[in-house]
Amino acid sequence: MSMIGQVHVKNNQYKIKGDFHHFTPNTPIRNADDAWKLMGVTNPRDMTYMHSYGGEALFFESLSQGRLMATRCDNPKCETKGSIYQPFRIHCPDCLAKMTPIDMTNIAKKTAKVHTFMVCERSGAFNILDKPIKFINIEFDGVCTILMSYLSVGEPKMGMRVVPIFQTLDPTYTILDLAWVPDGTEADQLPKGFSF
Amino acid sequence: MITFSDRQLSIPKLMRPVYLVTAGQSKFDRAFPGKRTEELCIDALTQAAEMIDMTPAELKSYIHTCYYGHFADHFGDQLLGEAVIHDRLGLDPLGNCGVKTGGATGGTTLWEGVKAVASGYSDCVLCMGWERMDEVPTDEGNFLISCAADKDWESPLGHIYTGYYAVMAQKYWKVFGKEEDSFRRTLAEISVKHHGYARMNPYAHGPMKITVEDVLNSPVVAHPLRALDCCLMSVGASCGILCDEETAMKLAKNAPHKPLRIWVTAGSHTLRPADRRDMEIPLLPNETKDQYKDLGKKFPGGERYPGFTGFLAARMAAYYAYNQVGIKDPTEDLDVIELHDAFTISDVQTYEDIGLRPYGCGRDYVESGDCYHTSPKTGKPGKLPSNISGGLIGCMHSVGATGIMQVFEIACHLWNRWAEVHGDEKRWKAFGRQKPADWTDLQVKGAKRGLAISHAGVGSHVTATILMNPENLIKKDA
Repeated sequence: MSMIGQVHVKNNQYKIKGDFHHFTPNTPIRNADDAWKLMGVTNPRDMTYMHSYGGEALFFESLSQGRLMATRCDNPKCETKGSIYQPFRIHCPDCLAKMTPIDMTNIAKKTAKVHTFMVCERSGAFNILDKPIKFINIEFDGVCTILMSYLSVGEPKMGMRVVPIFQTLDPTYTILDLAWVPDGTEADQLPKGFSF
Repeated sequence: MITFSDRQLSIPKLMRPVYLVTAGQSKFDRAFPGKRTEELCIDALTQAAEMIDMTPAELKSYIHTCYYGHFADHFGDQLLGEAVIHDRLGLDPLGNCGVKTGGATGGTTLWEGVKAVASGYSDCVLCMGWERMDEVPTDEGNFLISCAADKDWESPLGHIYTGYYAVMAQKYWKVFGKEEDSFRRTLAEISVKHHGYARMNPYAHGPMKITVEDVLNSPVVAHPLRALDCCLMSVGASCGILCDEETAMKLAKNAPHKPLRIWVTAGSHTLRPADRRDMEIPLLPNETKDQYKDLGKKFPGGERYPGFTGFLAARMAAYYAYNQVGIKDPTEDLDVIELHDAFTISDVQTYEDIGLRPYGCGRDYVESGDCYHTSPKTGKPGKLPSNISGGLIGCMHSVGATGIMQVFEIACHLWNRWAEVHGDEKRWKAFGRQKPADWTDLQVKGAKRGLAISHAGVGSHVTATILMNPENLIKKDA
């Protein structure tokens, strides 16, 4: 019985357990129009990567706890001091100082609105979002950037007020733990596992 | 509001003139089950040699350094694919270097080559680009392309790059297109034009005789974009040979054409559109300071620059290029262009970024008939024909090769060899393609100067390549 690859860190080293790759044999590719002559071979591969969130780990951990974290440059010598960044950005793009994490959940609840959006009928392999995917880009008062995410209830419109929801039950610890719904959406309309 | 220093905005200068001596390319198609990538690259290099009446071995004997544009290692499942191609081209032990900047990889490969020659490091450089996009099914291909977005913040959202781009298209559609049916039809005209021009191009992967209605009735990909608004996913290779003046003249001694002067500039912008911050619009030589002061009034929602409606990287590449070579107005000073029409709407956005029309007025470049070889409305030559190759929508988007294909196509016009190269019956036959009974010579008559824009995804990298006949320079010391 195989076990999904799992990892933890101990003494600053990755400790791995389970299967990180699965073997599938090659198969020949043959030409149906020319006596089934050999033209190539399939190369199946299934691997698991170990990826560090580094200084952004706080952001992803916070989503699973129902909080939206951003960062702010507090370097007094920076020309753009006081700028708030969402996406959460570890270092200031201007002075490169390490920025201060701030909880902007309330700012998002009170001021988030759709800057632009896209309803996408297609997806790539490994997609787990329901289609069509309703991409939205969200602007916030006092934040100098525009976050990309998705609307999980209703239809998007430019300028519409939205509020964040968080996958606090069985979180994925990815950006998919954050979604948005129109302001005024009731709790019982939220997707399974999500809460305000 | 962010600003840039004078040092950052200084205009590039080459230390010596650089010439495009010859170029070549393979057939482009969705898949080549019967050919390895190296075979396509050899096809391209062989044509480049033939264009100047040389053997590949003779041409190779001049090459000193090689730049290889190949964006997606994971598509071809071959890390260091550049080393494989270099070996198979028989170019060891020359120094070589892989280049990757997404959809702008081809243009960036030329950018590197120009700098190597201009600096004096090499007298003759090979710039070769390719992409192998047929080794996975389309949905896995979409997954692999989405890996070019930020893997923590964007890629998990559907693993579909079109979606990350299309939010920008939607914003442009709403703010500058005003969601008008007439604008939607203008977008469709671009697809009709590019698929139609591709019919005259034996290399092209997507020739189609279609109507505006066909485009408007094709399946929705991401509103307002439909399948026929989108570029192709192609396989193929293209190359160019760059030289200093002395070597260029030697190589072209028996050639039917003269070497062209070449310049390449580059710009960049945030990989995640989410990270874009407000700034003043950097102005091109044909724009004035007051020109955009009421842009937000004329187009509500268009106050933010570049917001989600413009490509700063394209504007910066054009800013450096126009000022470097002395272009005052691209529609007056250029004769033919190739743009990165990943989508019909991004084609329009680029018209504005590179100053063919002011911001908000891009559609006029199509509606005026200026973008056509021959205007369908007047029957007269277009003022500045674009994408005669068919572009990415009609000809190909074999990522690492695309920017070089554009330059090959522009060069054919400037060399007055477009009909010879694209009308050759033998080439159509060799590619297994039927030359249309209504094949038309699309040579832009008297073309002396051209421009190619090579562009990555949501605008993270853009290059501007300028080609000029040496007798028709605007600025003599450029």
